[in-house]
Amino acid sequence: MGRYTIRRILQMIPLMVGISLIIFLIIQAAPGGPEQMMLQSGLTIDPSVIEAYRHRLGVDQPIYIQYFKWISAFITGDLGISYTSTRPVLTMIMERLPATLELMSVSFVLAALIAIPMGIYSALRQYSFFDMVATTSSFLGIAMPVFWFGLILQLVFSVKLGWLPVSGTITVGNTSFGDHILHLILPSVVLSLHYIAGWSRYMRSSMLGVIGSDYIRTARSKGLRENIVVFRHAVKNALIPVVTIMALNLAALFSGAVITETIFAWPGIGRLFIQAMYARDYPVLMGILMMGSLMVVVFNLLADLVYGWLDPRISYK
Amino acid sequence: MTVTNILGEDDALEKSKVVNQRTIIWENFRRHKVAVIASVLFVIMALACFAAPLIAPYEFDAINLKAIRQPPSAGNWMGTDDLGRDLLTRILYGGRISIMIGILSALVGTSLGALIGALAGFYGGRLDNLLMRFTDIAYSIPTLPLLIVLSSFSNSAVPVMVLIIGFLSWMPTARVVRGSVLSAKEKEYVEAARMIGAPDRVIIWQHILPNIAGPIIVGATLGVGNAIIIESSLSFLGLGVQPPTPTWGNMLMDSQATMASKPWLTIFPGLAILLIVLAVNFIGDGLHDALDPTLRRR
Repeated sequence: MGRYTIRRILQMIPLMVGISLIIFLIIQAAPGGPEQMMLQSGLTIDPSVIEAYRHRLGVDQPIYIQYFKWISAFITGDLGISYTSTRPVLTMIMERLPATLELMSVSFVLAALIAIPMGIYSALRQYSFFDMVATTSSFLGIAMPVFWFGLILQLVFSVKLGWLPVSGTITVGNTSFGDHILHLILPSVVLSLHYIAGWSRYMRSSMLGVIGSDYIRTARSKGLRENIVVFRHAVKNALIPVVTIMALNLAALFSGAVITETIFAWPGIGRLFIQAMYARDYPVLMGILMMGSLMVVVFNLLADLVYGWLDPRISYK
Repeated sequence: MTVTNILGEDDALEKSKVVNQRTIIWENFRRHKVAVIASVLFVIMALACFAAPLIAPYEFDAINLKAIRQPPSAGNWMGTDDLGRDLLTRILYGGRISIMIGILSALVGTSLGALIGALAGFYGGRLDNLLMRFTDIAYSIPTLPLLIVLSSFSNSAVPVMVLIIGFLSWMPTARVVRGSVLSAKEKEYVEAARMIGAPDRVIIWQHILPNIAGPIIVGATLGVGNAIIIESSLSFLGLGVQPPTPTWGNMLMDSQATMASKPWLTIFPGLAILLIVLAVNFIGDGLHDALDPTLRRR
């Protein structure tokens, strides 16, 4: 297990190199660069000024030198300077990180708390009314465009009913914790919807597979109470593949956060990303893409390790 | 054993000859009632959209400044927008682009995934390693942010959107196809094909792929729904197909600012997306059950 972990961590290095190359090349292919921003400002700028600016940013050097400079700086935590705010990209990301992490973790927990019991109950009462409703809602949830769901919730709960705030993290002048929780409800419901739908399906089918197996019949025939059979014997094993999927999806939550934060004006990384995209602030875009990819790679590793740890039948050789 | 029994078995044999693969799949699909309803819904919606010039009540860009921002009424079933354009008409025309992008992107993504997966699984070794590590890399970059960056660079024409979405959605297919090819290439029928001297190309495309078509078709179906949602999300952010060409996504682009006073402009295009994706996903579910031989009840 220990050697396997080390090997997997070492495998992350070439993977991250490949990812960084692709991100770098894509951003290089972008039309216009920082000087384009200056020219767009409508001022007549002396070409020598532009040249000096390009030189200062290092964009006048050959592409592979730019890559090596960028990637070696990245390793040391230097993600470059934003074109628009002229502040370090890492600082900007770190400022926004807590809001995104808060939204992501609340949505993750919310999704798990709803999806897992829903899946278990659906499996125990297969083809019952509850199961049918749950299955239909899951299909609805999976087919739902996240941004539209957000808009409809805003329309119903904020505009029409006035129960919840439309967007932001706090009401100006109100610093109470309760007010912040009210702001958190809609974004986290929106972000968790896909995962509630997806995980409850996984939990249901995983549970159905376990319930039909021999050791559950054995447990029942031993005369164990149904509660113990279900929770101690069945759920524990049925959770294994689901937990792996949940860990893998943690990374996908990040993609969802981009849209959710935009709709609800949530001051996280996702919104920073969209702002940087409109402003063609390439260092910020690259920094966020790299951080996002790193997150995916780390969560994939965690998912693999958790799987091996939960399921003793898996051996790492 | 009695004579009738033998006759009965003969009869069954006779019948089983008539039943071919396609009939079995169709029979299985037909049992999935929801999938059948979804197929009918999908066909109706798609036909209505593609026949938009024939059946739409108005021209898609017909501006009527006397009737701007009208709520749904007998004359405009879904109301009108800021320029007095009929919303139902625009949803029909928009559906053509959205559905087309969905289908074409899924085709691009699935073909690319099938090609990469088949090559990796069939040839194995270094090529497999190279292609699969590339798949890992493509899998690890968060898709939506990457899509956002790529479409912000492009002019967002329909073919460009199809290529961008297609090129970022091939990875699941590649992995599934690789796995299926790996197990299929050890089967006797591949050995037999090899023995009569069939070239690799023929073995892959004519012998292996038809046998692993099930998961590919299901994946492609779900890919259609996925691509429609991606296109609409990008359009919502102002990065998809640009107005005046309507798509379900770009009709929602400015709706956040105006939804309090004109909720119909937000509700109807979104409902269209939800319905079509729901239909496509149910069809995929039905195909999954019908094409999976282990689930066959026959």
